Amino acid sequence: MEITYSFLQHYWWFLVSLLGALLVFLLFVQGGNSLLFTLAKNDEERTLLVNSTGRKWEFTFTTLVTFGGAFFASFPLFYSTSFGGAYWLWMILLFTFVMQAVSYEFQSKIGNWLGKHTYQAFLVINGWVGPILLGMAVSTFFYGANFTVDRGNFMEMGMPVISQWANAWHGLDAFLQPWNIVLGLAVFFLSRILGTLYFINNINHETLLQRCRKQLVADLVPFLVFFLAYVIRTLLKDGFAVDEQTQQIMMEPYKYWHNLLQMPLVFVMFVVGVLFVIQGIMLSVFGSTYRRGIWWTGAGTVLTVLSLLLLVGYNNTAYYPSLVDMQASLTLGNSCSSEFTLRTMAYVSLLIPFVIAYIFYAWRSIDKKNIDLEEMKKTEHKY
Amino acid sequence: MEGIDIALIDWSRAQFALTAMYHWLFVPLTLGLAVIMAIMETMYYKTGDEHWKRTAKFWMKLFGINFAVGVATGLILEFEFGTNWSNYSWFVGDIFGAPLAIEGILAFFMEATFIAVMFFGWNKVSKRFHLASTWLTGIGATISAWWILVANAWMQHPIGMRFNPDTVRNEMVDFWAVATSPVAVNKFFHSVLSGWILGAIFVVGVSCWFLLKGREQKFAMSSIKIAAVFGLVASLLVVWTGDGSGYYVAQHQPMKLAAIEGHYQGKEGAGLVAMGVLNPKKQTYNDEHEPFLFKMEIPKMLSLLAQREANAFVPGINDIIEGGYTQYDGTTALPAQEKIARGQKAIVALGNYRNAKKEGNEALAEEALSEFEANVEYFGYGYIKEVKDLVPNVTLNFYAFRIMVILGGYFILFFAVVLFLVFKKDLAKIRWFHYVAMLTIPLGYIAGQAGWIVAEVGRQPWAIQDLLPTGVAVSKLDVGSVQTTFFLFLVLFTILLIAEIRIMLREIKKGPENN
Repeated sequence: MEITYSFLQHYWWFLVSLLGALLVFLLFVQGGNSLLFTLAKNDEERTLLVNSTGRKWEFTFTTLVTFGGAFFASFPLFYSTSFGGAYWLWMILLFTFVMQAVSYEFQSKIGNWLGKHTYQAFLVINGWVGPILLGMAVSTFFYGANFTVDRGNFMEMGMPVISQWANAWHGLDAFLQPWNIVLGLAVFFLSRILGTLYFINNINHETLLQRCRKQLVADLVPFLVFFLAYVIRTLLKDGFAVDEQTQQIMMEPYKYWHNLLQMPLVFVMFVVGVLFVIQGIMLSVFGSTYRRGIWWTGAGTVLTVLSLLLLVGYNNTAYYPSLVDMQASLTLGNSCSSEFTLRTMAYVSLLIPFVIAYIFYAWRSIDKKNIDLEEMKKTEHKY
Repeated sequence: MEGIDIALIDWSRAQFALTAMYHWLFVPLTLGLAVIMAIMETMYYKTGDEHWKRTAKFWMKLFGINFAVGVATGLILEFEFGTNWSNYSWFVGDIFGAPLAIEGILAFFMEATFIAVMFFGWNKVSKRFHLASTWLTGIGATISAWWILVANAWMQHPIGMRFNPDTVRNEMVDFWAVATSPVAVNKFFHSVLSGWILGAIFVVGVSCWFLLKGREQKFAMSSIKIAAVFGLVASLLVVWTGDGSGYYVAQHQPMKLAAIEGHYQGKEGAGLVAMGVLNPKKQTYNDEHEPFLFKMEIPKMLSLLAQREANAFVPGINDIIEGGYTQYDGTTALPAQEKIARGQKAIVALGNYRNAKKEGNEALAEEALSEFEANVEYFGYGYIKEVKDLVPNVTLNFYAFRIMVILGGYFILFFAVVLFLVFKKDLAKIRWFHYVAMLTIPLGYIAGQAGWIVAEVGRQPWAIQDLLPTGVAVSKLDVGSVQTTFFLFLVLFTILLIAEIRIMLREIKKGPENN
């Protein structure tokens, strides 16, 4: 098979999408943290929850960083346009992740100055804000954002900035599009479901597990409402299509639905993903001893998010549409790195399975035994 | 005509500098402690002596506290390339993004995975796997340093790329030239070794506190022995990498070297200013004031270090501005004014090329492209308004460099004395030296910060040397937005730093016996 420039662009979109999908799965850390004061009724129970996600937060964090790095390397125009333009959306998101990063390590240490509950509040804030803003950011792939891109600006001595935001809100304008908020809330409730399923899988504590199973139902209903509403609306709306010959961008009715039909593998992946998500939740709600729901729902989340991201990037679609200058919209072809860079990076990406293998091995080694109160009393390194 | 607000550039630089400087408070300790605690755990693995396990675990605890803030500030740093330096991200993202992505894939995951095993796996995995995890945590951190320093070295000495007029950006053409550039290799060793030195200073200083308090003598002496040997080796090696660093700066960033030395008028057999006081009245490169109020030079040393020849010519700031001297590659340097003029020609030609392409006028496009290619080497200079803007802050560079070098020399002496006192005297009883060791800890941080000030301020006005001025690299944002995030990060990072120091102090006070 010939490895063309177009193939490399699609390959890298797949990898970035996969990282994005894994990131959404790993938001179980944030979802779990958002429930810190809901599921746990005392310090002892909160310690169990915090230590459960505390052994995984680094994976979420690292995936976020790698997601950013991979986007930078493969689609630098998105990096410069979205991050440099939607400044406040990203800054608020990052700010809460900084607060989260230190909160695990600091909260139980003597001399922690701000007090344990402050750090736990940081975790809760990140648990809410992180998934909602990430969901909203992803939604702008479907619903667009207010930016312009003009490479000719580079020759303007006064204002040589290529990518510019078209208003002074710098990303906060994403809140004006209700469907962005809908996806943000869907991701938020999904992260809570994932967090709850993770607790069920990872903690030995009967009372907590009972509360977790009840919580699943409470989060399932709003998740389904927001997610289904978003998916239905998005599949039925006009989408941003790219003319293969002229590279002109135009609106196409039912574009995302057409994409789904024209990419049967993605369609199957989407359906299987959604079914897996529901399967994991149902097994955990109705099976009072069932504890492996996280793997069903986790795998389902990865498949669903991956298929949605492929839906918005593949099949001649503009993945980051501009609402003020449609022709400035970003496509795989106009925003990617050079063929040489994509090819070189593709060789590096061959190491990814090896990375996944050692993560899997180390994860299993740590999680061989579930967390319980006895371990919390004995362990030397706890949060 | 709308223009980029100078305040926006300044605040964007301030925010990036703030994040980078905070980040570099935590990273070097991570790099240094990682190796020291891995050596200690190796001792435990080999001897089975619980003393080594207890010792390693104590330093691991301090490592963990420090690591969290390093990770947090690192996240912001990565994304600030996009949020605050949007044009930069496009103009060089094709080259610069690759090391960042590789860093994530190869290094961050290694760190994140094995740090979890290191902290939580003591009773869950075998001794061998645990030891491997501890080493892999340190190796992950070091590989991470490799890739980010490859990226930084490329900003100091951009190679392995070509400018693509159709995409208006630089594109990578030689990955290995970027990844194994001699500047990158040298920068990696110099930065990592400086981290090892800080880690060693930290361990010696904290251990001396235990000796001063008459606590944990065995633990303290074991830690000091390992750290002092490690620190002495690192501080001797850093002289070698420092020399290499100076040499490469002379070859590729002569203006930075001239600023570091306060060297205005070039000469053959130039001396190195060992000590000196700059004349505050000297404001511009071409005013009548003498650069120094006082200075002591080591004769011919600057020529020797910069060109490996005692009588070689080392250009000063004025020479670089006026041109006419022979550069390291044998070519004659152009006057700065001519570089600016040629840069402006390149910018105009690029605009003409793009317009001609848009209109389908191939002949005109060809002509404009030839004009562009004849001048592309100076493209970045086209954005420089005045030649004086090409001179970085001499005062900051001059003093920061001397602080770094003097402290580097002091660290060699410090570790040598520590080893002498450990093996020939009874360090545990020499109380005055315990104070010296503790007071040396902040000096390790100051040296590292000073080094980065030289590296980054010395490169100004360039974001990428000779390629992209900092002012052109910026994102178009309201100054107020950047000011707000600057102060938010300032407050957040400062709170976290205070919290970190307090927690560290309490953990140290608690000591290894309670861990």
